[in-house]
Amino acid sequence: MSGLPPYASTGQRAWYYGFRVICGLIFFFLMAPILVIIPLSFNAQDFFTFTPEMLRLDPAGYSLQHYEDFFTNPDWQQALSNSVRIAPAATVLSVVLGTLAAIGLSQSHVPFKGAIMAILISPMIVPLIISAAGMYFFYSRVGLQGTYLGVVLAHAALGIPFVIITVTATLVGFDRSLTRASASLGANPVTTFFKVQMPLILPGVISGGLFAFITSFDEVVVVLFVGSAGQKTLPWQMFTGLRDQISPTILAVATILVVISVALLTVVELLRRRSERLRGMSPG
Amino acid sequence: MTDAAAGMGRAASDARKLDAAATGPMLAADGRPLKASLNRALRAQKLRALALIAPLLLFILVTFIAPIADMLFRSVENQIVSETLPRTVIALEDWQETSQLPGEDAYAALAYDFMEAAERREHTRVGSRLNYETTGMSSLFRQSGRGIDDVGEIYADQFVALNPAWEEPATWVALMASERWQDEAAEAETDAALPRFELAPGIAEALPETADAYRSFARTIMSEDEDDPRAEEPWNTVYLALYRDLLAGTGGYDGPQAAMLNEAAAAVPGFEAASVQAQFADINEDWADTEVWETIEAFSDPYTAGYFLAAIDMQLTPDGIEAQPEEQQLYILLFQRTIFMSLMITFSCILLGYPIAYLLSNLPMRTSNLLLILVLLPFWTSLLVRTSAWKVLLQQEGVINDILVWIGLVADDARLQLINNQLGTIIAMTHILLPFMILPLYSVMKTIPPSYVRAAKSLGATDWTAFWRVYFPQSVPGIGAGCILVFILAIGYYITPELVGGRTGTFISNRIAFHISSSLNWGLAAALGSILLALVLALYWLYDRIVGIDNVKLG
Repeated sequence: MSGLPPYASTGQRAWYYGFRVICGLIFFFLMAPILVIIPLSFNAQDFFTFTPEMLRLDPAGYSLQHYEDFFTNPDWQQALSNSVRIAPAATVLSVVLGTLAAIGLSQSHVPFKGAIMAILISPMIVPLIISAAGMYFFYSRVGLQGTYLGVVLAHAALGIPFVIITVTATLVGFDRSLTRASASLGANPVTTFFKVQMPLILPGVISGGLFAFITSFDEVVVVLFVGSAGQKTLPWQMFTGLRDQISPTILAVATILVVISVALLTVVELLRRRSERLRGMSPG
Repeated sequence: MTDAAAGMGRAASDARKLDAAATGPMLAADGRPLKASLNRALRAQKLRALALIAPLLLFILVTFIAPIADMLFRSVENQIVSETLPRTVIALEDWQETSQLPGEDAYAALAYDFMEAAERREHTRVGSRLNYETTGMSSLFRQSGRGIDDVGEIYADQFVALNPAWEEPATWVALMASERWQDEAAEAETDAALPRFELAPGIAEALPETADAYRSFARTIMSEDEDDPRAEEPWNTVYLALYRDLLAGTGGYDGPQAAMLNEAAAAVPGFEAASVQAQFADINEDWADTEVWETIEAFSDPYTAGYFLAAIDMQLTPDGIEAQPEEQQLYILLFQRTIFMSLMITFSCILLGYPIAYLLSNLPMRTSNLLLILVLLPFWTSLLVRTSAWKVLLQQEGVINDILVWIGLVADDARLQLINNQLGTIIAMTHILLPFMILPLYSVMKTIPPSYVRAAKSLGATDWTAFWRVYFPQSVPGIGAGCILVFILAIGYYITPELVGGRTGTFISNRIAFHISSSLNWGLAAALGSILLALVLALYWLYDRIVGIDNVKLG
């Protein structure tokens, strides 16, 4: 695939370029829906398609009115503030508990390691609708349904597998002799953890945290059931908007979320490279 | 321990070590056998590891595993009938002849249960529960809740006509309540502070049904309305119980009000009688229908397979398990549709994902990393953003139809219906799940050495043979991993089918959500969820066998 040999036949040439065109179309399929909503969100009309003014690149066809609506509409602002309150709390909870457990799991002698791992990973495997149903039943029994605490706990549970997976992956390359060296030089376990182990696994912890954050920030099924109107988050507001009466403000919100994802993706990618470099692997 | 003592200890242990070297097991520095010492160190290590894991494990058990267990429990739990109609359930135990209506005892038991349930406003809940099994039960129960007050009125009137004292709450309290309760009640300052009602000794033996009915009356009005039994005339069902008890005699009762009771006992055989069955049939003639009773009896067990049967289009009838009527069969179809559409989505993902993964793994590292971003960006983009994009694109007035009309492929008045059907769901979900196919495929393909294909070609294979016979078989593990992953994710999807699936493109998960939030048939939702969960876990087990959980990678 890497380069076409000079002796290639016409058929091979045709296939070589044909294949690239096919791949280009698939990439187009992957990216186009996300890219299309960005210009549409600047639509001056309440339509979901390109107006003639927009196609002529007439400035009159574009406006920021949908963004304005997002930043002034109390419904959207309430949803945004709920999201901003719930996601960080859930992230902190899952990162703290998840990192500790990942360190425990990476020790050499852990009884029932397989079973424990299966339980900890299970929130990622079980379909969201089932988690949501179970949590709804159980949380309404114990009075957590419709509370911030309930939503935060539920989201933390959903984010934990990501923290476990990323942090355990980082710990695989962790050199145990470093902690031993630190201990032999007189550091107590807490100092060793914060001064030696933590800086090395930090990239894994942060990217796990980002995964946990995006899981909570993006989550709609569980919050739909475990939360009540008071805990309406951004995705929930988008979901009801899409289901009942679709308003172009959704496209403005979507564009903002795409920008956030690009930022997060960049951070994760940089962290991954840094982590690989620290562990002496090729940055790839 | 002081230094000196430590020194002495060490000396002693040295001596023992020398000793042991000659005779016993090897010793560690502190003088213990090396084996025990190592075991101890290992145990400490294990405990430390477990102590680190324990908080999270506990957290997950409480916030996640317990809810799942609760759901599994709810899928078989059925205590509402036996809790709300306890006397009826017991009375129905010896109802064998199901072609005939149950006896008067069962109707009387139903009257007592129903009166209490209606007062506690629980009868409608039982009605809706039984309505899942037999339609019409809900309205029957709701209507009977209003008519139940009249059952037994005929006897109440005749008792009062015989002796107006029967109308007095005080008569009943003197007859029924224990002295202790009467004393404590006399001291209570508000109705809310009344003690829990207690029967007088002996009355339950003399008048079993009346005592039970009166206790039910007293406790219910106290807890529900904070009323005082000393100021309220009993329900008509209590008079019904009294009539039935007195027909059987008073059992030589000689407590308070014995004279009045004996007078009534003598008069009762001459009362105008009306069967309880007829009184119920007056409220609603369905009560004279054996089907209603069969339903109550079939669901009187505290645990039931009824929800699971309903989830596979079967039902529990008095004659055993049988299929639902044709027009009510829904869930098998829905499961089939869910699986079929998930397969379609998985297949489209292979079709689109394989070329991309192939391209990425055969390009120079720098280019492929750049192109990989095009895969990762959709992966990182909010699910709702992608779904809303498709909702906007696929609309009849949307961008895709506009382009098709503009090219001239489609007439303006015959725009394609791309959304709110199966096609919409498949397109949108293929897009959403495609990265989950590409990433595992890519990670497998990266490890396939290019020299194999080159070797095949140098041995004379054509491009196609080299690919199909050499390259493709090595990429199969990646296909397997990607397929199972995509299929597992697709089968439990909720949001996207809900938004773009319309009526025909929805999954079983949408039905689960419907039963939780709209029809409130939680048991059925739990049963459907349990089946889906079992399916996913089986697939996941397969995934673990083929790929291994540890190979789950992110990004």
